[in-house]
Amino acid sequence: MTSVPADLRPQAGASPAWPRRLAGLAGLLMSRVLTMCVVELQKMAHDRTELLIRAIQPALWLLIFGETFTRLRAIPTGNVPYLDYLTPGILAQSALFVAIFYGIQIIWDRDAGILARLLVTPTPRAALVAGKAFASGMRALVQAVVVLVLAALLGVRLTTNPLLLLGTAGFVVLGSAFFCCLSITIAGLVLSRERLMGIGQAITMPLFFASNALYPVGLMPDWLQALNRANPLGYEVDALRGLLIGTPAHILLDLAVLAASAVAMIGIAAALLGRLAR
Amino acid sequence: MQQTPAVKCRGIRYSFGQTLAVAGVDLEVAAGTVFGLLGPNGAGKTTVIRMITTLLATKVGTIEVFGVDVARNKLQARRLIGYVPQQPSADKDLSVRENVTLFARLFDVPRAQRRVAVDDALESVGLLDMAGKTAAALSGGMIRRLELAQALVSAPRLLVLDEPTVGLDPGGRAAVWERIGEVKDRTGMTVLVTTHYMDEADQHCDEVALMHRGLVHGLGTPHDLKASLGPEATLDDVFLAVAGESYGSPGSFGSPGPNGRFGSGRRP
Repeated sequence: MTSVPADLRPQAGASPAWPRRLAGLAGLLMSRVLTMCVVELQKMAHDRTELLIRAIQPALWLLIFGETFTRLRAIPTGNVPYLDYLTPGILAQSALFVAIFYGIQIIWDRDAGILARLLVTPTPRAALVAGKAFASGMRALVQAVVVLVLAALLGVRLTTNPLLLLGTAGFVVLGSAFFCCLSITIAGLVLSRERLMGIGQAITMPLFFASNALYPVGLMPDWLQALNRANPLGYEVDALRGLLIGTPAHILLDLAVLAASAVAMIGIAAALLGRLAR
Repeated sequence: MQQTPAVKCRGIRYSFGQTLAVAGVDLEVAAGTVFGLLGPNGAGKTTVIRMITTLLATKVGTIEVFGVDVARNKLQARRLIGYVPQQPSADKDLSVRENVTLFARLFDVPRAQRRVAVDDALESVGLLDMAGKTAAALSGGMIRRLELAQALVSAPRLLVLDEPTVGLDPGGRAAVWERIGEVKDRTGMTVLVTTHYMDEADQHCDEVALMHRGLVHGLGTPHDLKASLGPEATLDDVFLAVAGESYGSPGSFGSPGPNGRFGSGRRP
């Protein structure tokens, strides 16, 4: 038997007070996000090879690019070894790569009829998008563990403070949520897997290179610094670097920008989700 | 006292760009019945179903599901509906149990009752012994039954099935209808189904509506519709009479009687 949340039940005579209704919607949102995260973990448990395959690229960045540029000392990073400096950037990059193609899964879900069925459940579209967004965060988080273990094996001095690691997880999930919603937004605009794949590939590298993932902001020309300031990936890397290796960071600003960007992008993606259902 | 209809559509229209898919449909589905929406491809059946299930917005006309206006109260309406779309929609990356549990969660089946509800739904479609297998390992007919379990786990009052047996072999079709019949008899739920298998509609539907070019051209019990063409007529003949133009011959079904019904118009 289904239990309808009290705030969503039809009520005779009067509509429910808005604070109760708002609390009900927040509860619904949390419930759906949790459900989508559980489903994502179940899918990962069924196909563990994907995790290994996805770990290859960040491993190559750390092993080849990181080790080589550490020896070259071509990028000035102060007292911080370049490999240490690079690790949070690669962490953010691997999360970006997971999330930016998530829209393809939405289009796949549409073609398979899964999206239509999800849209006929008592789930507001924003909650469905938020659920998918944080589910991509779960996938990115598992990926992040692989990157951090690899970095530790390469001798990167990472924090062991549980609170800082928890903060790291939070920023990885938030960053993934934003880029996942960006991907769903593009999916809602282009409506085809092939076009989304092309656009995803076209924007991933510019997002990565126009950020502080590989080099300090101070080394960038002014125009690139301006792009970095408009790029959520830059805020994610800044926070991850501060939390993981203790470089100066603007954690609250990073959190505010990423949270606001993610909320805005959830709204935009939810508004476009209907185009996929037609 | 008259029972609230399971579905009540009044003057609904829907266009995809310049193409008018639903051109003003009035429809009433009595609670507790199996109602068939029939018609050739492109008749507008799926568009009507998608409007009833809130997948498409109702901009012209009104739709109520058990008295709930689907345009104004989407979430309330969806809580009453179990929906199985035309294409196979189970998630093949999840197990059979996980597929059904997902819908139990999305319909807020309380945690304490969830496992029992999932087991009941799986048992009702004969898939309990397959619960641990991934959906990718199931046959087409089993996938359809799994989707039925997903729709049933929330104990909906209205089960909406869009071409539930398309692509299945006769055995698979019979098994799906058998499960639908059992569940309907046990729970008393209303079933709204689209199909273009006339033999299925004749055998399993209490009442049918024949759609063509976005309009309902015939409404009544299969018996009444057949009788309106003659003593030997089959539902296939009625279908061809309505959709004849689509198949190269003129339609010859004539005009409906009062209330859009043919024959006596009585409910079974």
